Amino acid sequence: MHILVCIKQVPGTTNVQIDPERGTLKREGVEAIINPFDEYAIEEAVRLKEKVGGKVTVITMGPPQAESALREAISRGCDEAILIGDRAFAGADTWATSYAISTAIKTIPDFGVIFCGKQATDGDTAQVGPSVAEMLNIPHVAYVRKIEEVTENSIKVQRMMEDGYDLIEAPVPCLLTVVKEINTPRIPSLKGKMAAKKAVIKQLNAAAINADTKKTGLAGSPTQVKKIFTPPQRTGGEKFEGEPQDIAAKLVKKLAENSLI
Amino acid sequence: MANKINIDLDKCVGCGACESACPFGAISVKDGKAVVDGEKCRFCGSCVEACPVKAISMQKEEVQDAVDKSLYKGVWVYAEQRHGEISSVVYELLNKGSELAKTLNVPLSAILIGSNISAKAQDLINRGADKVYVYDDPILAEFQDDPYSCILADLIKEEKPEIVLMGATNIGRSFASRVAAKIYTGLTADCTALEVDLETRNLMQTRPAFGGNIMATILTPRHRPQMATVRHKVFKEAKAQEGRTGEVINKTIDAQKIINRTKFIGFFKDQTADVNISDADIIVSGGRGLGNPEGFKLIKELADLLGGAVGASRAAVDSDWIAYSHQVGQTGRTVAPKIYIACGISGQIQHMVGMSSSDTIIAINKDKDCPMMQTATYSLVGDLYEIIPAIIKEIKNIKG
Repeated sequence: MHILVCIKQVPGTTNVQIDPERGTLKREGVEAIINPFDEYAIEEAVRLKEKVGGKVTVITMGPPQAESALREAISRGCDEAILIGDRAFAGADTWATSYAISTAIKTIPDFGVIFCGKQATDGDTAQVGPSVAEMLNIPHVAYVRKIEEVTENSIKVQRMMEDGYDLIEAPVPCLLTVVKEINTPRIPSLKGKMAAKKAVIKQLNAAAINADTKKTGLAGSPTQVKKIFTPPQRTGGEKFEGEPQDIAAKLVKKLAENSLI
Repeated sequence: MANKINIDLDKCVGCGACESACPFGAISVKDGKAVVDGEKCRFCGSCVEACPVKAISMQKEEVQDAVDKSLYKGVWVYAEQRHGEISSVVYELLNKGSELAKTLNVPLSAILIGSNISAKAQDLINRGADKVYVYDDPILAEFQDDPYSCILADLIKEEKPEIVLMGATNIGRSFASRVAAKIYTGLTADCTALEVDLETRNLMQTRPAFGGNIMATILTPRHRPQMATVRHKVFKEAKAQEGRTGEVINKTIDAQKIINRTKFIGFFKDQTADVNISDADIIVSGGRGLGNPEGFKLIKELADLLGGAVGASRAAVDSDWIAYSHQVGQTGRTVAPKIYIACGISGQIQHMVGMSSSDTIIAINKDKDCPMMQTATYSLVGDLYEIIPAIIKEIKNIKG
């Protein structure tokens, strides 16, 4: 099976901090990492390949720097990599991003299962996976926490819901977005690291995938950012110190006074 | 004409105010002057406002509307149901939706899709819906993306609402994306504030980005409808008014036309979660500070006493002390209860972004300087194994 995995390079979130004086986002020293949820998608794609045979192609859309994310994915077991990039794609919202990715995937004739992380940690929308599936006219299952069975033509998965899970069977090709619970990603092997170094990354621009540039980038995005601002910071409240009995009593009294309990 | 941004190099003093104002890292000071990276710039205008010497100017491309917006009228709420019960987020959306509909002077409609659910239509009317579109069919008993997205997209094309609101639940987020993709319109995830600009009838959708460190106001200026998802507990529930009148429109589905490529096999309830953390009013969470899995017994005792749910930090989940479905934070669930009690959780940024919009935060920790203790409304310094039993005792005293 030709398995695809779509990933995104995001700022390493542990370093995202607010500059207390200016109240803005500190960007100095923020390294770019593979979106944490995509690591589970990569691992699951590689596991599926190990089970049913075939190859895994990892895809991302982004600036030239995003190549490092693709190489890391190869070191974790992906076989081939595609970087979708063009000035015409810059500033894309989730619709225009999904359009560019799905248009690129249409140039791959034989894909089976497509994996995505459930969402990216910078935008937190969880919209691109399902939108790509719609634009490719294939079904999708979001929030997958386990693959129970898989054949060349169908896949049975557990879809995580707020109150438990649903068991869903989907035909192949289809797209799955995965949650953290699905696996524990492996550490890149030495062989993988060597392969990553040598890999030739396939570059696809707007012309190569025959994209309608009216539907790409900022111009093709239905949503537009109007304003950016820093939310009011929560400031600490009251501190209770002393004997456990005393501070517990103080807290419960406070909560009762404010009708919280 | 494309979007343009210009820096007047004579005026620019290289102070870097633009660099720190830019949410996309698209502008930086090089050799004493600001430089824009055209690949990253989204023309949001943050730098223009931030520049103290007015050296940055921006011209936005005039783009034609994608559709005739005047044909789109009315506010819709997708009335999500699961196992025949309306999700509480729907009542919250009806409250906000009715406010928006009043401002726009249009009706508020609810869309109900499921099986044996027609009786719920009156419930939605009582909560403020003027119209309810009902699709009641055995094949719609369980949520599946294909049929649900076909139905909603077709109805949108037919009736042309200007705003469609949905819960930012697993169901809502999954199929709203397909619907927006089908009709080529904007979808804004996880909005925390919604307001209407009466002049343009644009919905101003405010949402957190970059893990809640910044807020962005998003518009869908040229497309309709304007679609948005909203998390549980962001808005207050609409109060039920018994006997309120409204119109119920029963729709039938054309089984031939509806595609459904997936097969629903069954539902398996999470036996450990009596209360769903996404819509709980009170959450008691445990972290690494519990020291062992047994600590969750104490957490659960307090949660049960308060009628709340049990949450956990990533550290506790990764140590296999409790199931992943309880995890709060960036790689778990985002919650916004009335009271969040963090026991032995130091407050890593990834945890904080998942719970910092809770109304009241109570932290119990030995380390009074950890981020959670610094942020909490009430911080209790000490051993949680002494403090929690004392709190349980106090609450029992009050409750008699």
